[in-house]
Parts: sequence; C-alpha cells; structure tokens
Amino acid sequence: MTAGDTTAKVVVRDVDKVFDVRGRRNFQALRGIDLDVRDNEFLCIVGPSGCGKSTLLRMLGDLDTPSSGQVRIRRDSTARPLSAMIFQEESVFPWMTVAQNAAYGLKITRTWRGRESEARIDDLLGKTGLNAFRSFYPHQLSGGMKQRLSLVRAWATNPELLLMDEPFAALDEQNKALLQQELVKLWEAFRSTVVFITHSLEEAVLLGDRVAVMTSAPGRIKETLEVPFPRPRVVTSLRRSGEFNQLVTRLWDSLGDEVERARSAEMQKLTRRRDAMPADAIG
Amino acid sequence: MPSPAASSPSVSDRAPSAAVPAFDPWRLLRPLQVLISPLVLLALWEIGARAGLIETKFFPAPTTIGAQFVTTLTTAEFWNDLRLSLTRLFIGLLMGGVPGLLLGLAMGLSRAMRVTFQPLIAALYPLPKIAILPLILLIFGLGEMSKYVIVAIGVFFLMTLNTFAGVTNIRPIYFDVAKNLKASRWQIYCTVALPGALPGILTGLRICTGLGLLLLVAAEFVGADAGIGYRIWWSWSVFWVEPMYVGLMVIAILGFAFAYLIDFLEGLLLPWLRR
Repeated sequence: MTAGDTTAKVVVRDVDKVFDVRGRRNFQALRGIDLDVRDNEFLCIVGPSGCGKSTLLRMLGDLDTPSSGQVRIRRDSTARPLSAMIFQEESVFPWMTVAQNAAYGLKITRTWRGRESEARIDDLLGKTGLNAFRSFYPHQLSGGMKQRLSLVRAWATNPELLLMDEPFAALDEQNKALLQQELVKLWEAFRSTVVFITHSLEEAVLLGDRVAVMTSAPGRIKETLEVPFPRPRVVTSLRRSGEFNQLVTRLWDSLGDEVERARSAEMQKLTRRRDAMPADAIG
Repeated sequence: MPSPAASSPSVSDRAPSAAVPAFDPWRLLRPLQVLISPLVLLALWEIGARAGLIETKFFPAPTTIGAQFVTTLTTAEFWNDLRLSLTRLFIGLLMGGVPGLLLGLAMGLSRAMRVTFQPLIAALYPLPKIAILPLILLIFGLGEMSKYVIVAIGVFFLMTLNTFAGVTNIRPIYFDVAKNLKASRWQIYCTVALPGALPGILTGLRICTGLGLLLLVAAEFVGADAGIGYRIWWSWSVFWVEPMYVGLMVIAILGFAFAYLIDFLEGLLLPWLRR
C-alpha cells in the first residue's frame, strides 16, 4: 500500500483466481494480476478468449472474489452507484418492459430522481433508438435492441465505475459504430471510470485511454499501452489515421504470440485430460 | 412505471402470415373438425343404447344422461354438493399451495434450505397420496378437515417442486445484474426470483388443481356424506347409474373451467411470455 495506490480508482494487487474443477482446486484462471485503473480513465482490456478477463471484470463488479490478493475500489459518492456492469450475454429482464428495464438500475440503487431520471432515460432511449419501443417486452425486440437496452440500463445509473464485458460483440457493424461513438460522447461528457473488455483491438484503441493486454492460462497482465489520441475523438475519422493503425498493429504483435501460446496450452490440456481419463474412471 | 399496456404488439406476432392461395370451402369448416369424433361417438352410443345393443344399466343413452343432468341442476342437493366440494378444493389448494410456494422459493434461493429439504421432499413425493388417506381419516376423522388435509398434502409437494424448478430455471445472469447493482435480498426476491419463477408457479397451479380434484373425489368416496365424489359413490351403492354420469360430467366441466381460468391468469400475469 504505497502512496501511489491511493490516487487510483481501482487497485488490483497480486490477485490469483483458482477454480474448483470436479471438486479439485486445479484450474488457475488468473495469476498475480496487478492493475491500477486511474480516476475517470477509460481502460480497455484485450486478451485471447479464456484468459480470464471476464473473471477479472466480475471481481471488479463484486460478483466474484479473488482466491488471494486484493481488489480495492475507492468510493467517492453516495449519490451514484459504485458500479454497473454490462454483460456480454443477454441480460435484460424478460418480465419487464423496455421502460421498466431502463429504469431498473436507478430504482434498485435508490437513485431514482423523478423528472430528472425520466429525462435521462428518455434521452438514452432516444440515442439508442428504443424510444418507440418503451412499452414492448424484450421477446418482441431483436437481439441487438436487447443489448442496447442493457446499455441504457447501466448508463442510466451513471455509476462511478462502468464495467463493460464485450458489450458490442453481438451487434451488427452499423449499430456497433453508432454505439461506440455514443459511448465516447457520453463518457467524454460524464467522465466516469470505465473498464471495457473486448476482443477487438480496433475497438480497444478507438475507445480507450490505455489498453491492457492479457496473457492466457493462467491469465496475467502482459503489458499496458497508452493510447495517445486526443479527445474529443471522432471514431470514424480516427479509424483512418496512420497512428491508429500503427497502434493496432503493435497490439496485434503483442497478442499474436499469446493466441499461439493459448492454443498450444489448450492442446496440451486436452491431451493430458485424455491420458488421465482411465485413471479417473478407476478412481 | 408504465402500465402493462404492451400486449397489443404481440397480436401481430401470432397472426397467421402465410398467404391464402385460393378459395377452399373446406377451410371454413376446419374449426368444426374437432367436433367430429366426439359427435360421432355420442351418436353411435345413442343409437346403440336405443337399439338395445348396449347395456343401458351401465351406459344409459346420452340423452337420458342429459335429461338427468338438467333435473339435477334444479335440486338444492346438487348445489350443496357443488358448494361443499369447491370449498374443500379451494381450502385444500390454499393450505397446500401457499406453504409449497414459500418452501419452493426458499429452496430455490438458499443452498441451506435446499440441502435441508430436498432429500425429504424427494423421499416423500413419490408416495401415492391416496395411500395415506386412511391415515388422514384416522387422524382427522370424517369431518371437513380430513378433506382439506388430503388435498393440501398432494398440492404441497407439487407446488414446492414446481416453484423450486421455476426458480432454478431462472438464468443466473439475472441474479448477477441485481447483485452487481447491490440489490438487497428483498429486492432480488421481488424483481428477479418471483417474476422469474411465475411461469413455473402457474404450471404448478395447473397441475395442482387437477390433482386436487382427484384427491378430493377419492376422499369423498370413502369419507363424506355430501359432495360430488360422494354423489358418484352413492349412485354405485344404490345401483342408479344416471346420477353417476352427471357427477362425472360436473367433474369434467370443473376441470375444463379451471384450465380456462389458469389460461386467463397466465395472460394477465405473464404478458411477457412468448406464446
């Protein structure tokens, strides 16, 4: 606990996560994770699938606990919820209408402020193209609309820490580009701390102030890159710049080794498991 | 909070979308097709009974049964039987259903409750409830309570298991959403567990009314001096078969009415379900 720690919004120190597989503590998902998320920073985490980035995010969202090590999040306000998470899979409540889903975060955290909250939700529903569907139930919406609704539910709460787990992965390109721009605008206006997980390197560079690269099996932070582009950012023009492409290529190289490593590790694990099978059957 | 005025768009979902090719006179009669087999059966029965091909001591002609049904409806005895049976059924459903609902929810939400009660439920559930009817009669006598209790016992297990299944079928991510927002236990219960389990609970209710009716009739056979079940049994003991058929008809109508009522409840409580 050095003095430097206290300035960071989120401090992750030497975190391990070991999962029980078939009753044995034998799957190391995360090892020795050290990570600081600065105040009002937009941090992206990229890594090969299965590297434990979702597990790390769940710890930040208080949905999972580390096996060892520390996760600390500094609380600054009582008027805002500490964190709100946007999940990769479908997570809007099927038993609530669009409007009820959108208001859920505010109501459940008791931060509903009448008119003000209604205006905020109206604004967000408008920006995500859902205003005409307020009284619809999720089963009447497309998959993309449902994902946009879960964005609204989290954004509406204006949390101190916004946690996003590949929120745009299931969207079509047009909606993805629109919502990326919308997220950039919202964040530049409200400036909360964001941790954003993605497998898209372009997305990480477009959105983030920094990009953390994770290795796999067990997951650890390989390196953290600063993204030097000034704000406000215009997503579409940024995509075309040379610097942008350089940075993406730089990330590709860093991650490319990791994907290879992850594949061979998976391969080894599979063969090990096959070899271990008869012994298991006897035991 | 907006009112649940959203049922209108779902209508278009259900509307048939296939284009109509050409005029087909048989299309108009298609809804009546379901009536063909029962009507044919009734007609054969009627003809058989009148022609003396069927033993009318056991199978009186449908028109005879119909006439008896109409006569029965005018007697005070019938309405008393119906009132008694329905009261027993509803009290039994309530006595078994409410605790079953609560235990099912608790088992779905708490590991401790699940570990404590699941073995017990699993061991007792397969026991045919009619088998313990004599014990119930011994304990509670021939009064109303024994009828309530036998219905309640059957309903309790079904309701517990259906509610439990309803809660455990809720996708874990919905609980994650609530927990991440630091929802209290009570908030999770009201906004996730209960609405999420409601389809399972209503399925439970549907099966429970059927089972409740069955147990009630069995109990009234042997341990009552009034009620629909009693009237059927009594018809046997005096060898008068028409009232027996009337009793059967009434039970069939009740079963149908309950199914309809629960359909209605589902439409009211679960406007969000894709049907």
